[in-house]
Amino acid sequence: MTADLGGVAAPLKASGSRSSLGQLAAARRATLAEDEALVTKMEATSLNVSYAGRTVVRDVSFPVISNQVTAIIGPSGSGKSSVLRCFNRMNELIPKAVVSGSVRLDDEDIYASGVQVVEVRRRVGLVFQRPNPFPMSIYENVAYGPRRLGERNRARLDEIVERSIRQAALWEEVSDDLRRKSGLALSGGQQQRLCIARVLATEPEVILMDEPASALDPIATLQIEELMRELIEKYTIVIVTHNMQEAARASDHTVFMSMGTDRAGYLVERGPTRQLFSMPTHKLTEDYITGRFG
Amino acid sequence: MRRVLVADRVATATLWAIALAALLLLAAMIVHLVWAAVGTLSASFVLGDPEFLGLGGVGPVLWNSFYMLFLTALITVPAGIAAGIYMAEYAAEGRLTSAIRFAQEAISSIPSIVVGLFGLVAFVNLTGWGFSALAGSLALSVFNLPLMARLTEQALRAVPADERYASLALGSTKWQMIRHVVVPLAIPGIVTGIILTAGRIFGEAAALLFTAGLTTPSNYHFENLNVLDPKSPWSPFRPATTLAVYIWKVQSEGLGSSVKQIADGASALLLLCVLGFNVGARMISRVLVYRITRA
Amino acid sequence: MSTSTLTAASRLLGRPRFLDRLDLPRRLVTAAAGSMVLIVTLMLGFVAWNGIQIFLTPGSNAGSVFSTAWQPLANPASFGLLPFVTGTLAVTMLAVAISTPLSVGLALFLAEVAPVWARAVVQPALEIFVGIPSVVYGWLGITILVPWLRENFSGVGFTVGFSWLAGSLVLTVMILPTITSIAYDAFRAVPGDLRAASLALGTTRWQTIRHVLLPASAAGVLTAVILGMTRAAGEALAVQMVIGNRPTMPTGLTQPLSTLTSQITLDMGNTVAGEPWNQALWTMSLVLLLIAVGFVLLVRWLNGRRQTF
Repeated sequence: MTADLGGVAAPLKASGSRSSLGQLAAARRATLAEDEALVTKMEATSLNVSYAGRTVVRDVSFPVISNQVTAIIGPSGSGKSSVLRCFNRMNELIPKAVVSGSVRLDDEDIYASGVQVVEVRRRVGLVFQRPNPFPMSIYENVAYGPRRLGERNRARLDEIVERSIRQAALWEEVSDDLRRKSGLALSGGQQQRLCIARVLATEPEVILMDEPASALDPIATLQIEELMRELIEKYTIVIVTHNMQEAARASDHTVFMSMGTDRAGYLVERGPTRQLFSMPTHKLTEDYITGRFG
Repeated sequence: MRRVLVADRVATATLWAIALAALLLLAAMIVHLVWAAVGTLSASFVLGDPEFLGLGGVGPVLWNSFYMLFLTALITVPAGIAAGIYMAEYAAEGRLTSAIRFAQEAISSIPSIVVGLFGLVAFVNLTGWGFSALAGSLALSVFNLPLMARLTEQALRAVPADERYASLALGSTKWQMIRHVVVPLAIPGIVTGIILTAGRIFGEAAALLFTAGLTTPSNYHFENLNVLDPKSPWSPFRPATTLAVYIWKVQSEGLGSSVKQIADGASALLLLCVLGFNVGARMISRVLVYRITRA
Repeated sequence: MSTSTLTAASRLLGRPRFLDRLDLPRRLVTAAAGSMVLIVTLMLGFVAWNGIQIFLTPGSNAGSVFSTAWQPLANPASFGLLPFVTGTLAVTMLAVAISTPLSVGLALFLAEVAPVWARAVVQPALEIFVGIPSVVYGWLGITILVPWLRENFSGVGFTVGFSWLAGSLVLTVMILPTITSIAYDAFRAVPGDLRAASLALGTTRWQTIRHVLLPASAAGVLTAVILGMTRAAGEALAVQMVIGNRPTMPTGLTQPLSTLTSQITLDMGNTVAGEPWNQALWTMSLVLLLIAVGFVLLVRWLNGRRQTF
């Protein structure tokens, strides 16, 4: 399936100021756009979300491209997180939340009757805004998901844990104390990477990140961004952020949302990140990314 | 995957079943108690005097329950509120505070029969009052005081810090702030606490067996206001069986053919009183909260 | 500059009045709170003093206290307390064993499963459970539970119905609200973040409860169980009314036995201060008091180990 990118995917040039990692990613994106057909991994259609009767998201539709980072940006209150939580049905945990519209994962509606929410969440992982490791050892944090899925083999668990922590770029810092140190004893940035490792261990296809760096310092933020660039080799990522630099640096595709006069969030504009940031078609988008509001 | 989902369903159903069973058990107990007492609960039973071997009434013991509740409240409400104010507003980390906390927890854990024995020594024998309403009330006060203190402390702590700062910023002293800002705002919580603990005092029996005694003068003459006259219902210096103690006494002595009827009737009456306190606490707290937030 | 202005202003206010300097309110509330320390000290003192008398009185056969024979009227009298200590332990442990799964289940229901309306029904119901006086529980035990056991289960040995099991079942109901409400608080203290994290990994609610919620609240739940145990061990009248009061070592669930509280309740009125029988009852009270204080210390220790988030 060829994705509708809301415009032409312009080949991207590696800019001089980027790190070698960024150059790699940019080069890869260029290759993708030229050589491979872009595949839609998930797609939201006419999403509406309301909490206790108050509409917080109205009529939002956009695709999520496989093996890319899609960023949802916008001022606070524009319903970014609410949209994100529709992608793995986490809104259902909020009492009186109502979601309408559809979200497709590989052409299957995750809200269809007969679809197990547990299965959806296993395939679509979520990293929270505030790091929330379990009050257990680092090892147990990461092994939690696989264990619940029925993995009992110790050797295989060890392997999954090590692989996931390495993927989350945390291995060097924690490998000595894996089983004794509590996840809560790590620094904020480390905790967040632990939470990413915890999600990776369940081998999801899509990883949702809800402002994963908002509680972190600038260095930890950059680490998380670099990590995302590495992870899209294997995963598809959707990230919510209010940090435009972050969206510009780390994402391939950007969705800009704003809050309407009725205080419901709606989608203003979307497109390849480069294009949206360099030539926004909408006045609101331009104002937002140039910092005139929000 | 399947198995996990089945386990989730089974667990959910089990938890619902437990909740339902608890509700049914409670309903069954209340219905049974009330049903068993339907024929007994008449004005002559509620207000009448006990009779040796006969059915009689529970008037004097019911009066004693209320009277001792009043005496106990007289002691514990001021003392408990004061202690609660100390815990919430003045207690600094230190030896005294941790000793008080420990005492508070310890009294709450000590069996009421042991409190009763302590009362027997301290309030019955040492004072020379003998089995008396006052000794019983003091024993009840012993374990009501920490409860009252805790409820007051919770109510005071629930008062937002903003209100305190506002008062202190206006230059009032700490006590003025407590007296005129914090305590008034905590009143609904405190009053609810008082009534809820009243229900507990009303139903207590073990602590009273050896303090208030198992006998009581009957044929009360309420016009006799001489509190020093042991025959006056107003006197704290007379033995005073309460309704709860009376139930225990009747069933353990097992004299006469009306034992079951008396105990059934008295149990239902006791339950209704306690339910009344419970409902009353809810209603009064609702009214008070409403008035404070509106005014 | 500013300091001197302030000082000047303070001087204008004059020296604090004598009453203000005395700070009577603070002294009063401190005294009220301090009285609890006095009460506990007195109580420990009185009960301990009376409780050790049997060991200080010549010819009271104090050595028999540690035996299993309770024969206060025999010659020589024997005051073995072991039947009551084991009786209390037996009745309490069985009650806690039955009540804990039910109470923790009920607390889980309230904290994790119940829709708003169901919580609005169950919570007041729990308060009524707490409010029912223990003599009423005892009376229900005598009139319903004991005859039911006797009439339907005489085949398995419930000859009189008054029994260990009857005592434990009555206590089960009585400590249910205690354990439930404290366990409920412990569950609610676990941050919603952790539940969300677990559910977002694709686990079921029950998996989340078992593998995140229960471990994270373990110290709190254990506290709830110990407080339930405290209440069960200290309950006197309800137990005394259904347990059969036979002062022997526990022989079986279907058989009568006696506990520390029930024996004190029964015998205290029949004894005279100063006689060994009375002194033995005080020794029982001392044991009860020590059990209670031990539980308090245990709960404090557990609270120190409580997981903070």
